[in-house]
Amino acid sequence: MTAQVAIDRRQFLHGVTGVLSGVLVVSLPLASLRPGRAWSVDLHVLNAAEAATLQAMVHTIAPHDGLDEAAYALVIAALDTAAGASAESRDALLAGIKGLGVEFPAASESEHIAKLEAIELSPFFQSVRLKTVMVLYDNPIAWAHFGYEGEAFSKGGYLTRGFNDLKWLPEVPLDASGPMPI
Amino acid sequence: MTRHAQNDADVVVVVGSGAGGGTMAHELTRRGHKVVLFEAGARQSLSSFSQNPGEAFGQLTWLEPRSQSGTWGPVKTSPSLPVWHCRTVGGTTVHWTAATPRLRPYETKARTTYGDIPGTSLADWPIEYEELKRWYQVAERRLGVTRRNDNPGMPASNNFKVMYAGARRLGYKRVHTGYMAINSRSRDGRGYCIQQGFCTQGCKVGAKWSTLYTEIPRAEATGRLDLRSECLVTRIEHNGAGCATAVVYRDAAGQEQRQSLKFICVAGNAIETPRLLLLSESARFPRGLANSSDQVGRNYCHHLIGFVWGVFDKPVMSWRGAVLAGVVEDENVHDPRRGFAGGYHLELASLDPGTLALMGIRYGWGRNFASIMDNYRNLAGMLINGEDLPRPDNRITLSTTVKDAHGLAVAHVHIEEHANDIALRNHAQRQGQRLYEAAGATRTVLSATPPATHNMGTARMSHDPQAGVTDAHGRSHDVPNLFISDGSVLTTAGAANPTLTIVALALRQADYIGRAIGAGEI
Repeated sequence: MTAQVAIDRRQFLHGVTGVLSGVLVVSLPLASLRPGRAWSVDLHVLNAAEAATLQAMVHTIAPHDGLDEAAYALVIAALDTAAGASAESRDALLAGIKGLGVEFPAASESEHIAKLEAIELSPFFQSVRLKTVMVLYDNPIAWAHFGYEGEAFSKGGYLTRGFNDLKWLPEVPLDASGPMPI
Repeated sequence: MTRHAQNDADVVVVVGSGAGGGTMAHELTRRGHKVVLFEAGARQSLSSFSQNPGEAFGQLTWLEPRSQSGTWGPVKTSPSLPVWHCRTVGGTTVHWTAATPRLRPYETKARTTYGDIPGTSLADWPIEYEELKRWYQVAERRLGVTRRNDNPGMPASNNFKVMYAGARRLGYKRVHTGYMAINSRSRDGRGYCIQQGFCTQGCKVGAKWSTLYTEIPRAEATGRLDLRSECLVTRIEHNGAGCATAVVYRDAAGQEQRQSLKFICVAGNAIETPRLLLLSESARFPRGLANSSDQVGRNYCHHLIGFVWGVFDKPVMSWRGAVLAGVVEDENVHDPRRGFAGGYHLELASLDPGTLALMGIRYGWGRNFASIMDNYRNLAGMLINGEDLPRPDNRITLSTTVKDAHGLAVAHVHIEEHANDIALRNHAQRQGQRLYEAAGATRTVLSATPPATHNMGTARMSHDPQAGVTDAHGRSHDVPNLFISDGSVLTTAGAANPTLTIVALALRQADYIGRAIGAGEI
């Protein structure tokens, strides 16, 4: 059993083509990344240069100043995983990255925008945009950044924790609403 | 755990455990019937509901792909998921947001009220409104609807404070926290709403009515319910007299099984119900079971829905609190001066960041798109919910391109929007924008058309057997022991979220079945 695990681990490491890493500015539990403040994501299709091109592209699609790089790394990891599903998807992603050119990561935001506008209708751009939208906002790093407080059941909901704490508009009369249950 | 014999021809089969099927299972078992309740999905519980948006979606949703065609938005934006409904015990009452308005009288006389609108198959309901109203009252007591009977309204959330302020400044009068099937105080053995937000993840305190923890356990307590979850009914069989005799289904292990039956109530949601009837074609019913009229699957209505967001310069925290607890009713009228037939509701709404980015706002990227997400704390949200008009070719058929895990054709959804639909949606979204502008929004944002959540009309009630699939009690015109017990029977859609109407019609149907059996008619 142990030997089998060891072999799997070796094969797993053998397939690593690149690693994204960083340090979380905010400390959050996140199963997809390694535990602790330092994080890293193994890539199995993309090399470091290709990942850097995609990172620049994803930042241009969804530019959020102050959003931790770890959230963007989740998108890159998801794209890497999807590319590993078949030879066709791998080739399509790598061809798209190649089309952006080796200078892409170092180019300015306006240059990024111009380049992406030119390929906006391509399946490559559309698939990267869709994956960005699906992954970037659906994780605890993004929730903390954008303000969503996550599940509330374990804290008793928001009934006594601010579901009605808005003060910059008039209160709603009771006949259009209802009493607090407690 | 009650188990009825598969060859027991005295069993009543109910297909689907949501608002219609779960209610029927309870009503039939408490009247003494042996019931086998089939549910394609698995059983969850208050403790097993995930509160992670993506996980909850995967846990509850009917994820098997469908195919699509037509001009309707989701054909492009959500090609394999035209419809967002559940596949789990309790059906779509597990993830619903519990708004329970009644249809208005004019909406049940759509053909008479709106006239002959070319390109539609408008019809009047075969039920008098006064009778429907009596069953609404029964259903409202069952569900504990707020602002009805002695149930208090829901308290106002931050998101509703914004809606209320804007609506009043626009001159709207009928604005309140909604008719909601959510306990505003403890009742019926269930606690009150603790304002967790995102009711679509399943209500962890059970304050929201769902057949999962109301009707189904009560049916089980009679000792007469045999609930078969993770069992997909694939065919209804009939005898030489044209009466249903058995269902063929795949059990949890994927093995084909058969269950004999006395009569059957189909409540698989207005997508799966016509699919099952069409899959049950035979030499006698070559176009599908109960389909001599060729109306099975046609007249599919889905409501004109879409989000409107107001961006403010102060926090709203719209995710805190019951999602849909707020409504503007003033536009739920027929006023042709607005340029369209039928009306709509403006209903409170909120989405988690991931769902907001994916389907709550229109396609976009770059700084403009990102700035909406950057304002997540400061968004107030609503959903327009308007009447779409039935069209013969807006329909559910069997897909010619996509098969399910068992190799059976999945449902194909075809929708061509009518000019009336487009005019109503534009008006409703514009009013939503005006409402938020009146409340002080710095910017308003619209969504594309999201996947449908309200499915109606695909086996509609009609007096004339050629104009619909069932009679006024949801009983098939063709197959006398086949009943349709879900939103498929709604003759037209109106602008009311359909669950209350589905439950009212199921309660009425159970009462009718009891009387028909007593009179020897079944």
